[in-house]
Amino acid sequence: MKLSGAQILIESLKREGVKYIFGYPGGQVLNIFDVLYDEKDIQLILTRHEQGAAHAADGYARASGKAGVCLVTSGPGATNTVTGIATAYMDSIPMVVLTGQVPNMLIGNDAFQEADIVGITRPCTKYNFLVKDVSDIARTIKEAFYIATTGRPGPVLIDLPKDITVAKTDFKYPEKVELRSYRPTVKGHVWQIKQAADAISKSKKPVIIAGGGVIISGSAAELKEFAEAAKLPVTMTMMGLGGFPGDHKLSLGMLGMHGTYFANMAVHESDLLIAIGMRFDDRVTGRVEDFAPGAKIIHIDIDPTSIRKNVRVDIPIVGDVKDVLKVLNKTMQDEGGHANPHRKVWLDRIEDWKAEHPMDYEQGDVIKPQFVVEKIYEITKGDAIIATEVGQNQMWAAQFFKYKKPRTWISSGGLGTMGYGFPAAIGAQFAFPNKLVFDIAGDGSIQMNIQELSTAVLHNLPVKVAILNNCFLGMVRQWQELFFQKRYSSTCLTGTPDFVKVAEAYGAVGLRAQKPSDVEGVIREAIKVKRPTFMDFVCDQLEKVYPMVPAGAAINEMLFRPPDCPPGEKLICKTVKQELKCRCVRAKRGM
Amino acid sequence: MRHIISVMVENKFGVLSRVSGLFSGRGYNIESISVGQTLDPTVSQMTIVTSGDDNIIEQITKQLNKLIDVIKVTDLTEFDHVEREMMLIKVQPRVEHRAETLRVAEIFRGVIVDSSAKTYTIQVTGDDKKLEAIIDLLRPLGIKEVVRTGKVAIAREAKS
Repeated sequence: MKLSGAQILIESLKREGVKYIFGYPGGQVLNIFDVLYDEKDIQLILTRHEQGAAHAADGYARASGKAGVCLVTSGPGATNTVTGIATAYMDSIPMVVLTGQVPNMLIGNDAFQEADIVGITRPCTKYNFLVKDVSDIARTIKEAFYIATTGRPGPVLIDLPKDITVAKTDFKYPEKVELRSYRPTVKGHVWQIKQAADAISKSKKPVIIAGGGVIISGSAAELKEFAEAAKLPVTMTMMGLGGFPGDHKLSLGMLGMHGTYFANMAVHESDLLIAIGMRFDDRVTGRVEDFAPGAKIIHIDIDPTSIRKNVRVDIPIVGDVKDVLKVLNKTMQDEGGHANPHRKVWLDRIEDWKAEHPMDYEQGDVIKPQFVVEKIYEITKGDAIIATEVGQNQMWAAQFFKYKKPRTWISSGGLGTMGYGFPAAIGAQFAFPNKLVFDIAGDGSIQMNIQELSTAVLHNLPVKVAILNNCFLGMVRQWQELFFQKRYSSTCLTGTPDFVKVAEAYGAVGLRAQKPSDVEGVIREAIKVKRPTFMDFVCDQLEKVYPMVPAGAAINEMLFRPPDCPPGEKLICKTVKQELKCRCVRAKRGM
Repeated sequence: MRHIISVMVENKFGVLSRVSGLFSGRGYNIESISVGQTLDPTVSQMTIVTSGDDNIIEQITKQLNKLIDVIKVTDLTEFDHVEREMMLIKVQPRVEHRAETLRVAEIFRGVIVDSSAKTYTIQVTGDDKKLEAIIDLLRPLGIKEVVRTGKVAIAREAKS
């Protein structure tokens, strides 16, 4: 029996085990949406913006480990997904984006709602396809999922001209994929692994830096086993959070620009870095020339281009982190490399650093954003999926919540996309309907995809958005305060709406905490109602993220909270009223 | 340092833009690029002349390898190889220089592929030095236009 291209597409997606497609209809995808109208196995989740659909598919992928799928129309529908695609690309998230295209015969004609989306997304997809013939659809879908989910994963886009969704052909789904030009290296080089094992057993001051690759490859268990056996302290990049239990005694938390003092010091003083599934982003290394000056570097990554891109590497190992860690651990065991007399001295040194500058803040009369994050951690006992937006909210969420398991931290790392967290939390909630899902947001970024409240309400998703409302684009304001003589150019968010009323207008729940004693009650209420909830936490406006490695500094050159400038309400009001004349909603309400 | 990189790719539309986009997107330099089908019609061979320090060249070859459509990358600079480029030169010499023009073409084993009352078009093949040399000799005689193919290169087989 012959099927239409649209039917073949949906049948193929079913073969790939797709349950949800996040999407938005339009002229060139009418035939596909028509097939979905009767579809039982696949549910189309209608977002309120194509960007929301892309982020939701991404959030679904990060939470579940499966490829997220997104379906939009041509032209503006397709271009609206670009930020979502670039976000997924930077963080190596498997995603398949299906875009409608004008019919083959009109391509290149500047037809209505035509955009060269294959050209536009070429640099921000792992691969993309323009399918010109109906008989190529099934094979293309198979290849797309294969490419998106293997090796270093990434988004793959498939552009589907309308005429091929109508045309008919026989449907036969290919059983396997054979791409002669794409064969990722999975197994690490045995000799290199042996070199690494030797270096680790000789090292006096080793540190593991675990990145997103640990989570993507599903090797959190292997990492824990290895770190415990060899007694290696573990710091994580932001993408690596959850790859090693944050409450473990060997955990140093996050490193880098807003990393912990002890993680940055340990890395700086280390004599051996074991970099696992990470890529030495500039936010991690600080000034590259002074990064870990005394350290040899072992770098394990599936992507050869990540190795020696930013820093010198002494022992490169290309391969899948899971595979390499297993072999490495076994090699060390066999050679008795785990017993190391120097380890205790080093771990004690790190404990001293921990005591010297622990992660802390002072909770006064005004709600501190860190306090909100800590309360969420306490109340959920860490058993929640935390999505974030980008900025201060993201950093506090990274610093003050201890992620114990992989795939519980969902945040835009490489691209740093504001507006990511809320739709991503929606995607994660679809993947895990019974888990607590929070989006830790700022008052700026939540407004970038606030329309997705409709999606959450429509599907009654109990996504809880904690808005750390400081009336500012806080991270940019922080830089202006510290490096631009407090010239707060365009960072005061005058005109921000009343988030409680916004939530209510959408049919969601709106709660507000004005003082520290309200915080716990609001979080507990949000968990109790089991509906989409906005929590508006009226936070200290001047609070900053510390420690901070200024741009261009080495990671041991951290700024700390200045002791002579205690965070206090007076200073806040003065700054806001006198210097900024900020007329935020909050000021009007007399808060 | 200058490198000649030979890239075997799937012969599909869009591959050239993936490769050139990689260079422009990452700020690498392309001196010349030439593409053609191989014996196998599903495979094309690209020859890219680029330059950069060792780190950049290492990244270029790795990034090329990472492209899904790239089958094989060889930095020919590391091997003994032959490189050639073809050039078409349209010369418009004064009447008294017409014979001289032909003589220069002959010295460089050039072929006259078109001639008119006022011009000769010379086809000449060789490496950089040879092409630069013929340009130097013809320039005083009156070059009207020059078109070059960009380099193609191939590894030499081991002797014996």
